[in-house]
Amino acid sequence: AYRTDEGQPWVLPVVKKVEQMIANDNSLNHEYLPILGLPEFRANASRIALGDNSPAIKENRIGSVQSLGGTGALRIGAEFLRRWYNGNNNTATPVYISAPSWENHNSVFVDAGFKDIRTYHYWDAAKRGLDLQGLLDDMEKAPEFSIFILHACAHNPTGTDPTPDQWKQIAAVMKRRFLFPFFDSAYQGFASGSLDKDAWAVRYFVSEGFELFCAQSFSKNFGLYNERVGNLTVVGKDTDNVQRVLSQMEKIVRTTWSNPPSQGARIVATTLSSPQLFAEWYDNVKTMADRVLLMRSELRSRLESLGTPGTWSHITEQIGMFSFTGLNPKQVEYMIKEKHIYLMASGRINMCGLTTKNLDYVAKSIHEAVTKIH
Amino acid sequence: SSWWSHVEMGPPDPILGVTEAFKRDTNSKKMNLGVGAYRDDNGKPYVLNCVRKAEAMIASKKMDKEYLPIAGLADFTRASAELALGENSEAFKSGRYVTVQGISGTGSLRIGANFLQRFFKSSRDVYLPKPSWGNHTPIFRDAGLQLQAYRYYDPKTCSLDFSGAMDDISKIPEKSIILLHACAHNPTGVDPRQEQWKELAAMVKKRNLLVYFDMAYQGFASGDINRDAWAVRYFIEQGINVILSQSYAKNMGLYGERAGAFTVICSDAEEAKRVESQLKILIRPMYSNPPLNGARIASIILNTPDLRKEWLVEVKGMANRIISMRTQLVSNLKKEGSSHSWQHITDQIGMFCFTGLKPEQVERLIKEFSIYMTKDGRISVAGVTSGNVGYLAHAIHQVTK
Repeated sequence: AYRTDEGQPWVLPVVKKVEQMIANDNSLNHEYLPILGLPEFRANASRIALGDNSPAIKENRIGSVQSLGGTGALRIGAEFLRRWYNGNNNTATPVYISAPSWENHNSVFVDAGFKDIRTYHYWDAAKRGLDLQGLLDDMEKAPEFSIFILHACAHNPTGTDPTPDQWKQIAAVMKRRFLFPFFDSAYQGFASGSLDKDAWAVRYFVSEGFELFCAQSFSKNFGLYNERVGNLTVVGKDTDNVQRVLSQMEKIVRTTWSNPPSQGARIVATTLSSPQLFAEWYDNVKTMADRVLLMRSELRSRLESLGTPGTWSHITEQIGMFSFTGLNPKQVEYMIKEKHIYLMASGRINMCGLTTKNLDYVAKSIHEAVTKIH
Repeated sequence: SSWWSHVEMGPPDPILGVTEAFKRDTNSKKMNLGVGAYRDDNGKPYVLNCVRKAEAMIASKKMDKEYLPIAGLADFTRASAELALGENSEAFKSGRYVTVQGISGTGSLRIGANFLQRFFKSSRDVYLPKPSWGNHTPIFRDAGLQLQAYRYYDPKTCSLDFSGAMDDISKIPEKSIILLHACAHNPTGVDPRQEQWKELAAMVKKRNLLVYFDMAYQGFASGDINRDAWAVRYFIEQGINVILSQSYAKNMGLYGERAGAFTVICSDAEEAKRVESQLKILIRPMYSNPPLNGARIASIILNTPDLRKEWLVEVKGMANRIISMRTQLVSNLKKEGSSHSWQHITDQIGMFCFTGLKPEQVERLIKEFSIYMTKDGRISVAGVTSGNVGYLAHAIHQVTK
């Protein structure tokens, strides 16, 4: 979760404002939302992902399912694919997840009933970057119709995203091999500060004519973590196909949670549908993104000033909340035990944990770990 | 071509269809008796005062929005267990239970269903009363279990077919799963009397069945939270380690906030910890962790003495209005000159009433009187008001005389 420079959680000012508006509105009640969710939320959420000028929206071939966070959106999408993709109830369809990925991805697809979960090459530890060739090879070799889970931006946990050119190559292979793109978009806006930039990959695939799913989370970019605000965007060939897909997703939702929680969706819908509030939100998002970007550049410059062995450009080349530092498990242990700096055994750090107050200490500690431990 | 060409259009939801048709109707006298939500005597949604007060407290506290634990808000789950089990419950005091927050009743039922699929290896069969809430069947089916039924409702008497139920339950294979509605049976409104619950408990114990209670109306049925939880508590006292789903949609009017809980009564606190760890493993790949708002409102109400008192009064008020509408409907039917016995309307309890009306009669009510209900003759008494109960009685009499 995001932290301020004081190391505190941050409720976005626009969220506080909208919550007050909701609290003061006596015309509102707690009635059930429709099964697929609050209509104003669904439309706005998908519009944010696909862009105001999306051809898919104009052609009325998109659908949305309000979900319990990004996880809920992934699960509904996974349950639908298991029932209706590549035949009926074809649990054998391979599902490819990046190596590494968010660990819950695996569980979502296993619990949805898929039997063949595989990884695709992603992180190149040696060069501390994307293993594009390995990724493309895996896609060439994957059975046709395999499902690929793609991180829309700010890859978790590596922070390493394909460049636009690399995305184009990925899309070309996927189109040729009939692979299904299932995007996980948990950091739109939060990664670069720009909604459009962070959605570039998803929108490119749409423009290339793909049918795809995009699981969206508003936990980070709205700071609404515990309200469980998410959306599954469905892009199809035409209205009719999308309508049938939604009708079946409705059945899945009905036996999972019946209808989604209203509070968080109301906050997001109210914000996104008001130009004024939208602008405030955009500003709040940029505040968060900028702070993380600043911490990245500050950490990198300190490491380089210290002359810490190795290259540290990946700290600023990576994007989003997480960074794969490249520290090995022994060095990580040193950081934890000797310096009381907590990070994952993989060397992943949460950039939100950095503050102007602790930057020096963290940089020095990394320097020590790298020079003392091998 | 599309990946989805072969995807069939899902069937329209029958209850939704009722509301859709109701909305289209221009008759000023129209009534929507399909609605599964409480309405006040003006036919409007009712936000409880204790809920508004809890919300004001929340707004003033300016809390953060950090993720809840996977099992949910601890103050909520503890208070929820205490509400169901009773503060003097041995099971509660000894801590030999685990309660996790669920997405209202449906989400809690589904967690339980998934848990049974994974850990209850003795049987795949869930026995539901005939009839049961329409969503029970697909929930258990999607979780990978199979559905069976035991006799419950007697259409001849519009009441409980107790001997049929006991007969069927006596034949259920040992170690099967049986689902019971704790109170205010949905859709019939027919509940066992306490003496009958005692016999049911003895029977399920004899058959060594796993008992799954669905309690969606605690407080809302009789107006008394302890009375409505009597069956659950009695079973536990008899040594039956039940599992339980609770909803706060109706009794706190928190419908869209999705506040609910799933409980497993265990042998001891250590077993409860192990069960909890497995429930979390099930929940994480569904939605990671639950939504805060509804649970926090419920928690504040349950844990703040003044608000809890106020809530008990308000839930009694809702239950009383329903009971009063039942009484008025019957007396109005008598006034209309109906010769039928409508006693089942006042014998039944909770939001719903199985009128006993046949599909053709329901059809006439819809077409000739703009009174909307489901084809099985079920009405939501919550949709009846002192302003329209006379019209309803008149219409029912017309189609049944």
